[in-house]
Amino acid sequence: MSLPPGTLFLLASALLFAIGTHGLVTCRHLLRKVLALNVATTGVFLLLVTLGRSGTTVDPVPHAMVLTGIVVALSTTAVALGLIVRLERRRP
Amino acid sequence: MIMMAGTVLIVLGLLFFLSGTVGLLRFPDVFTRLHALSKADTLALGLVCAGLALHADDGALQLKLLLIWLLVIVSGATCSSLIARAALAHGIRPWQR
Amino acid sequence: MHPVEVTFDALLLFSMVVLAWQGVHARNMFRAVVSFMMFGLLTAVAWVRLEAPDIALAEASLGAGLTGALLLATLGRLGPERRGPRRRRAMKLSMLPWLALGLVGTTVLLAVTLSLPAPGLGEAVLAAMPAAGVDSPVTAVLLNFRAWDTLLEIGVMLLAVIALWSLGQDVLASTSRLPAPALPALVRVLFPLFVLSTFYLLWRGGHGPGGAFPAGALLAAGLVLALLAGARVPERMRGAPLRWAVGGGLFAFLIVAVGGMWAAGAFFAYPPQHASILIAIVEIAAGLSIGVMLTALFLGGEPTEVRRGRT
Repeated sequence: MSLPPGTLFLLASALLFAIGTHGLVTCRHLLRKVLALNVATTGVFLLLVTLGRSGTTVDPVPHAMVLTGIVVALSTTAVALGLIVRLERRRP
Repeated sequence: MIMMAGTVLIVLGLLFFLSGTVGLLRFPDVFTRLHALSKADTLALGLVCAGLALHADDGALQLKLLLIWLLVIVSGATCSSLIARAALAHGIRPWQR
Repeated sequence: MHPVEVTFDALLLFSMVVLAWQGVHARNMFRAVVSFMMFGLLTAVAWVRLEAPDIALAEASLGAGLTGALLLATLGRLGPERRGPRRRRAMKLSMLPWLALGLVGTTVLLAVTLSLPAPGLGEAVLAAMPAAGVDSPVTAVLLNFRAWDTLLEIGVMLLAVIALWSLGQDVLASTSRLPAPALPALVRVLFPLFVLSTFYLLWRGGHGPGGAFPAGALLAAGLVLALLAGARVPERMRGAPLRWAVGGGLFAFLIVAVGGMWAAGAFFAYPPQHASILIAIVEIAAGLSIGVMLTALFLGGEPTEVRRGRT
């Protein structure tokens, strides 16, 4: 097998992003939409770090970006979940 | 020789993991599954950690492996008890033949 | 690469994709959430495979742990899912364009990766490392070269906390009906260890994997575990002290940044001889503050000052 290194990870990141965006559009339940968004985000993170490995040295910039991104994704998720709970209570 | 013993321990641990997983898949209800998983996996992790410690040539690394095992024992036991309590609270009765 | 490694990666990534699908589309909402948590754990393993231990640490405690706790807590507060009529055939047909899009996207990605200039920014970061004040490249990027991004990121977290707090009071779930003596006992044993490893990671961030983000995540995990075991925010901590703890990271960050402007002439320009100590201050403040903010996000609302929040 002479696949370039990281091919599998690139493939997985594309699939995850596809699953995430597909779920984001097709799911009706809001909690499922949040989960789908998180899956898509993970796909993007995988892509960033895998691309950062293509050189001879490990590139720390994507690592730092992804660390920042994980925390921002968690903050977004928390606010979204809070909004969902309030919305559900408001509903008759 | 020591390497050999470590490998044997790791393989033994993997066998226990396998049996725990078989129990998880085959047993009838949540309590029996917990019974299979918690015991078999704790022992399996202990064996794997012991095997890895024999492979490691660093005292600090061996201590870390021991710490991992102790933490998993404590948290695994607590988790099993919590899951069983939650199942009871949801009205799941233990399986009887 | 060794064939065993390739096989392991393939298995890992395949399980991740399957779990991700389960996590979005599982029939039962609870099953979806649990699949998503397992997906997070496997993602942490994937980061280790990609030689990114910092991200693996943060992912294991945030992506799998804290997100899972948040999702389960939300699930407990929501009613059962109201199912619309199931349209299986339509769903399967609607998959086709997405599948095509995914394939095209993957091909393009592969082509792009193979044609990218190889080194990225790795060489540039390595060349600038002697002036960074720390030995760990990731920490150097986070808190020195691109400190501006980190500042804004902490600002985003603070905004999230403010948004949640403005929605209402904290909505911690009531304690369960059966008493569980094991959990409080466990927390009493583990909480000191959580605090100890938080500071270990903060100290380690200067020269290895670790730093403010994993440390904050670990602290938050410990605090959330204590909350789950029945601990509540102490009365005298509510109000001003808690607000200072939440905003402290951003505040310290801004002071250091503006100080750099005054001493070295640019926003976030650390004088090289003081870079280490300044970064250490920022790292500790940011780590503790991130921990408290993550816990505040879990609380889901501001703890009330006078009486206890609704349970």
